[in-house]
Amino acid sequence: MGQILLNGIVKSYGKEVVVKNLDLKVETGEFLTILGPSGCGKTTTLRMVAGLEEPDQGMIKLDDKVVFSRNDGVVVPPEARHLGLIFQSYALWPHMTVAKNITLALKEQKISKSEIADRLKNALEMVQLTGYAERYPSELSGGQQQRVAVARLIALRPKILLMDEPLSNLDAKLRTEMRASLKRLHRDLTATTVYVTHDQIEALTLSDRVIIMNEGRIMQEGSPYDIYHHPANIFVAEFIGDPGINLFEGKIDNGKIKCSDIEIPLPENFAKNKGRLIVGVRPEKIEVSETKKNGWQEVVTGIIQPTGANTIIEVKAGETPITLLQNGFITLPENSKLWINFEHDTLSFFDPETQENLRNNVG
Amino acid sequence: MWVKFMAISAGNNKPKFWSIRNIFYQSYRLKNRPELVIGLVALCFLSFVVLVPLLQIIKDALTFQSYDLAYEPDGVVGEFTLFHLDRVFNQPISAALFYKPLLNSLKMGFAVTVIALSVGFCLAWLMVRTNVYFKGIFGGMLVIPYMMPSWVMAIAWLSLFKNDRIGGSEGLLTYLTGVQAPDWVAYGFFPIVITLALHYYAYAYLLISGALATVDSELEEAGATSGMGKWKRIRVITMPLLMPAIGSAIVLTFIRILGTFGTPALLGLPVRFFTFSTQIYASINARNQGDAFVLALVLIVLAISFIWINSRIIGVRKSYVTMTGKGFRKSESDLGKMRWPVTVLLILFLCITVAMPLILLLWESLTLIPGDYSLSNLTTYFWKGQGDVSLAYGEPGIIHNKGILGALLNSIKLGFAAAIFNGILGLLVGYAVVRGRGDRLSKWLESIAFAPYIFPSIALGAIYIGMFSTSIGPIPALYGTFTILILITVIKNLPFTSRTGIAAILQIHQSLEEAARVQGIGWFRRMLRIIIPLSMSGLVAGMLLTFITAMRELSLIILLISPGNMVLTGLIFSYQEQDMAQHSSAVTLALVLIIITISVIVRVMSRSAGVGRLNVT
Repeated sequence: MGQILLNGIVKSYGKEVVVKNLDLKVETGEFLTILGPSGCGKTTTLRMVAGLEEPDQGMIKLDDKVVFSRNDGVVVPPEARHLGLIFQSYALWPHMTVAKNITLALKEQKISKSEIADRLKNALEMVQLTGYAERYPSELSGGQQQRVAVARLIALRPKILLMDEPLSNLDAKLRTEMRASLKRLHRDLTATTVYVTHDQIEALTLSDRVIIMNEGRIMQEGSPYDIYHHPANIFVAEFIGDPGINLFEGKIDNGKIKCSDIEIPLPENFAKNKGRLIVGVRPEKIEVSETKKNGWQEVVTGIIQPTGANTIIEVKAGETPITLLQNGFITLPENSKLWINFEHDTLSFFDPETQENLRNNVG
Repeated sequence: MWVKFMAISAGNNKPKFWSIRNIFYQSYRLKNRPELVIGLVALCFLSFVVLVPLLQIIKDALTFQSYDLAYEPDGVVGEFTLFHLDRVFNQPISAALFYKPLLNSLKMGFAVTVIALSVGFCLAWLMVRTNVYFKGIFGGMLVIPYMMPSWVMAIAWLSLFKNDRIGGSEGLLTYLTGVQAPDWVAYGFFPIVITLALHYYAYAYLLISGALATVDSELEEAGATSGMGKWKRIRVITMPLLMPAIGSAIVLTFIRILGTFGTPALLGLPVRFFTFSTQIYASINARNQGDAFVLALVLIVLAISFIWINSRIIGVRKSYVTMTGKGFRKSESDLGKMRWPVTVLLILFLCITVAMPLILLLWESLTLIPGDYSLSNLTTYFWKGQGDVSLAYGEPGIIHNKGILGALLNSIKLGFAAAIFNGILGLLVGYAVVRGRGDRLSKWLESIAFAPYIFPSIALGAIYIGMFSTSIGPIPALYGTFTILILITVIKNLPFTSRTGIAAILQIHQSLEEAARVQGIGWFRRMLRIIIPLSMSGLVAGMLLTFITAMRELSLIILLISPGNMVLTGLIFSYQEQDMAQHSSAVTLALVLIIITISVIVRVMSRSAGVGRLNVT
């Protein structure tokens, strides 16, 4: 129950193709996140699953039942797809109380009164809004409105949950709280969940599996760990991680890669290659020393940004900027000298032509 | 067979358009998109009631009709002919039939537009840009003439200046001074222009004050700091910014005046001063419908070309009318010593345009013998008399008069029916247009809903006579029925109500409906539980305005009313034609009071609903 299958989905608005031949499978009970920059086609994909948009081509199956097929002429309207959708704007009906918002659809389904009352009570308990049943949405805070939207969904007990950037209208602190409660919701309802966001932290913290989309195509899919550690291409490498990955382009020469100001020794299987290469290394994977060490690269500090638990340090090797991330609250005067080192197994290598990862590092 | 068909075409990526599967698929899609279904139905309906009638009268104007046989015994009914065009444009009779009324209409249109616009502009400037006293009260009072039927002023004018030319009683002027008002004061071009201008200034005032309020004073102050004098600032900065509003005020006023019937009929017909609208009326009455159709078509062509010229001149400039939104500030200039005199002038103006006509109507309705305005002649007979054969052909007073009460009931029924149908149609058109944005259907629907705007009222009436005087398929001949009054009122108000509907639906974020959709709530329930409750306030205000417009309408329906479907405005006109001044004054006053009461309710409601200035758009 709750499997989603998309096959060869194409969607365009006018001449602009926003989803290009998308194949996707979501297993029962899985939490899948579609992550991508705005305009990458992720929300359109979600809305096509819900039935709010109609694909130009392809097929969509929910629970082995075809709900859309261009070839077989099947279009099941959203009303009959029986799934739950949380909107970015919450979409609470402003003229109805919280209780009415939650129970409207239940009443339309001709569910018995006692059952409706039970579900309402239960849903309000789950989102900790007991006692708010008679309020109007405008009398609630943003976070509470969000929880009403969740409660409305809980009461319907759908097997499939779709969430369209549900946290993007909340402030940072509330977002962290709601993230945890959405994860709890998924666990308690054991519903298949598709979550759309442009926020990589949400994607990494919530998901069983992440799909990264760009310009209507899937760039990579995998576990949050894989996406972070083994980016399939430069787009994913740059998109994931904050502060962003360091990328150096250079020429392979004598077992090393020579960039303008730095040299990085290559592992053996790359040492024999020829031509140009892009090296990627995450800021926290670069070793740092305050004292000179043999073979380490000397750098000069620029802006230092302590964030509390960590500190982002911008340094320069000659003219090449490098970002470092260190544990702890570090203060250093500008123009201090530091020495850094790159470990083989923390590096990713990309082909400058195809942008593809040449060897996923083994992290 | 079906299975086989499926198997064969399974390999194809795109089914052919006319294949059975594709038709199934398309009908599935249609079910999935209620806005398309509504849009299609609305488009068909509107084409039938707007475009088909237009084509119908073009056809009628170019073919022989049975009533033409008196002039052309050789003609074959239904055959193509230029007979009507020839008669209207190219015969000795054309001067009286076409050229004189055209000239009169244009002269009247220009004169009224110039006066109404100048007055409206001055008032708008005073109210928005100066510190004149009692702005709140004036703001409400200034638009009262606009709420009243446009010909109320004409009836008041007659009470004041009627002379002995057409027999019957004389006006207040003659009674007080013994002097007969000369013909040119009592009837014809001059009084028509004055009384219409005193009605339409309110329209110009509403449009211009709305635009003036959005011009940021800082733009003018920027001019001042670069050394421009006051008049130069107005000429160089303010006026260009106001041009689009003034342009559309000119065109819309002009079109309305071309189509207006009541005033030119009341003040023009006694001296055989014909305008387009009264000539159309006369032709229809003389059973020369073909002439009327040609005249109506010319009127529509005139209206369209004015709109076109306006959009050519102003359209390009519209782009730089900037409403800054932020940092917006408007300054009021101090009238100084002139503050009180200007205020007094305004009060005087309001006395003449608002208070005086109403007082004259009241007085007239209270005189026993017409023309005698002395206190001893006052009576309440025309309000509550039982009907005395020696007075006014034995017509009873208002509250005992079955004819008047019946017409009042019809007017209210017409208002209600128009309001309800307009509300529903406006909502559905708004829904289909907004939800279908981007589709061609949406654009077509929006344009066709706007089309009745360019038909001058009297021309639309003529079109409907042409269309509905015989039965069309299952639809019986509607001429003379109450249905046709409702239909034409709904159609004429559609541009306004569909805009209200569009604005109302635009305010409801799409996701509110989608949330219900995903939760399994069907289209009808969504409309009932979500769309209608959320758009209610705007819709109700719009519907009440439709109600008022329907109650005061004369030009639109004058050609379509008969004793069987008489409404108040038509009754007033016939009383006036029979020179029963007290009855017409009493009924007019009653009508005006009803309209003003409802208008006040609308104002209060639309203010609380946050839909200001609905009556302008």
